[in-house]
Amino acid sequence: MTEEVAIIGVGYTAASPVTPEVSYREMIYEAAVKAYQDAHVKPKDIKSFVCLSEDFHEGTSIFDEYVPDQLGAVLKPVHTVTGDGIHGLIEATMHIQTGLMDVVAVEAHSKASNILTPFHIMAFATDPVYNQPLKMHPYYIAGLEMNRFLLETGNTREHCAMVVQKNRQNALDNPVAAYGAQVAPDDVLQSRPLFAPLSKLDTSLHADGAVVMVLASAKRARELSDHPIWVKGIGWCSDSPSLENRDWAQAVYARLAGDAAYRMAGIRNPREEIDLAEIDDTFSYKELQHMEALRLCREGEAGLLLEEGTADLDGDLPINPSGGTLGTGFLYEASGLYRVLELVLQLRGEAGKRQLAHVNTGLAFSWRGIPTTSGAAIVVSNN
Amino acid sequence: MGIKLTERPQAQASGMETLEFKGTALSDEEFKGGKVVTVSGAPNAQYGWDAGVAIGRFLHELKEGRLIGTFCRSCNRIMVPPRMFCEWCFRNTDEWAPLKDTGVVNTFSLCYVTWDMKRLKEPEMPAVIEIDGASPGMGIMHLLGEVDPKKVQIGMKVRAVWKPADEREGAITDIKYFKPM
Repeated sequence: MTEEVAIIGVGYTAASPVTPEVSYREMIYEAAVKAYQDAHVKPKDIKSFVCLSEDFHEGTSIFDEYVPDQLGAVLKPVHTVTGDGIHGLIEATMHIQTGLMDVVAVEAHSKASNILTPFHIMAFATDPVYNQPLKMHPYYIAGLEMNRFLLETGNTREHCAMVVQKNRQNALDNPVAAYGAQVAPDDVLQSRPLFAPLSKLDTSLHADGAVVMVLASAKRARELSDHPIWVKGIGWCSDSPSLENRDWAQAVYARLAGDAAYRMAGIRNPREEIDLAEIDDTFSYKELQHMEALRLCREGEAGLLLEEGTADLDGDLPINPSGGTLGTGFLYEASGLYRVLELVLQLRGEAGKRQLAHVNTGLAFSWRGIPTTSGAAIVVSNN
Repeated sequence: MGIKLTERPQAQASGMETLEFKGTALSDEEFKGGKVVTVSGAPNAQYGWDAGVAIGRFLHELKEGRLIGTFCRSCNRIMVPPRMFCEWCFRNTDEWAPLKDTGVVNTFSLCYVTWDMKRLKEPEMPAVIEIDGASPGMGIMHLLGEVDPKKVQIGMKVRAVWKPADEREGAITDIKYFKPM
């Protein structure tokens, strides 16, 4: 990194299936107040605000106009990225690296429960000429990908079920997670087939929540924070959107995004140098696919890591100690920030019951969800 | 309370020019007649937005035939529509503030075209009404009624005309319009 950047504050609400008690504004305000207190900043100290949202998820067009009030960003530089939360952290990092801003806030939220037709909106993201006329529930795309991924890599449905067991178990110890549960692999295998080979328990459930993070230049980070978490590497990538011609087995977008972040962070052997990973598991197989793409294991060996317990909380390379998206909930644009939130808490030693020992460097990776082939990676470290 | 913008650049006067466009013009009929290939579709996008604390109370009060705001002790503003935090001071608001259902027209427009572009002889009259009891500049967006469009003025005093109590449902339309006092 040319200019060092650190995450100096995090604020968040606990993910929840429904949140009728607060408007999205009130929910985001709570996260912002907590983040600014954590970072020892006032809104006046923040030079720029980056928000993540997608109009169709909010139900308001030009939604970026609605963000200043609840962030203390009235009459300040604000802009919205229609991407995942990690895209926003990358944006903020670059803002700081221009030298124009020394403190930047990033916000992402989900009011998933307010979307009454979520799968229609998801299907509306597919090609209107080639795909939409088939009138399929958009999760068929996950079924197609899972099928080809399992065939080509030799990973099995049993391995996918182990991902579900691990992540929902981890979520039980995470007060932020909405879907902690004891789920046996057999429960997953016996759950209703939805888009076979994908079954009901292989899919994450939607949740509401908000996360705000404050990033700062090295100078300001040292002034303001006792425990800055340094951004060591960033990378993001989008494959062709085509359902007809995409690589159905490998997450190439994840490979390239991860490699870019590793290169910047000077990481040559991710398996050895990454202490914990929070990576997208919107569907159970996605965790395995992303593990392989992100070089956390060799191709075809993700399932073995699960079998050996390497990815468990007490394993050599814990994966999704937060519970991931399967355990925390699918939070649209905020999903990636909940992944990074766990890294920050773990690397500060503030992860409570699920605190890992001897962790210094973490990887977070987010996928933008169906039907996309977009992903963003970030490597962070406490030293 | 407003902010003085720096002087805006004058629009450049431009001479009329005759332009020749290349290509073939297509009529509406040619589109509708299928001579131009298009693919049509519409999103099924439906939402149920959580009102939360501030908007929830505001809507509840509307159903009761009342307006309510909130007060911020730091900037001393009484704000309407109400909010649970002050966007200027970035702190929680302190108290609910019951307001009158009268006010003053801050600005208005006479709209001779409906939202779907139908001509109107009698204009619709959207207006921002600064509500009595709230701080200057604090108003709600509504419509004017029972007034000759020619006589509408900025600064005019107006009063809410409510729907009958049994027809109110907790919506901004529980007020039919504002009329001159």
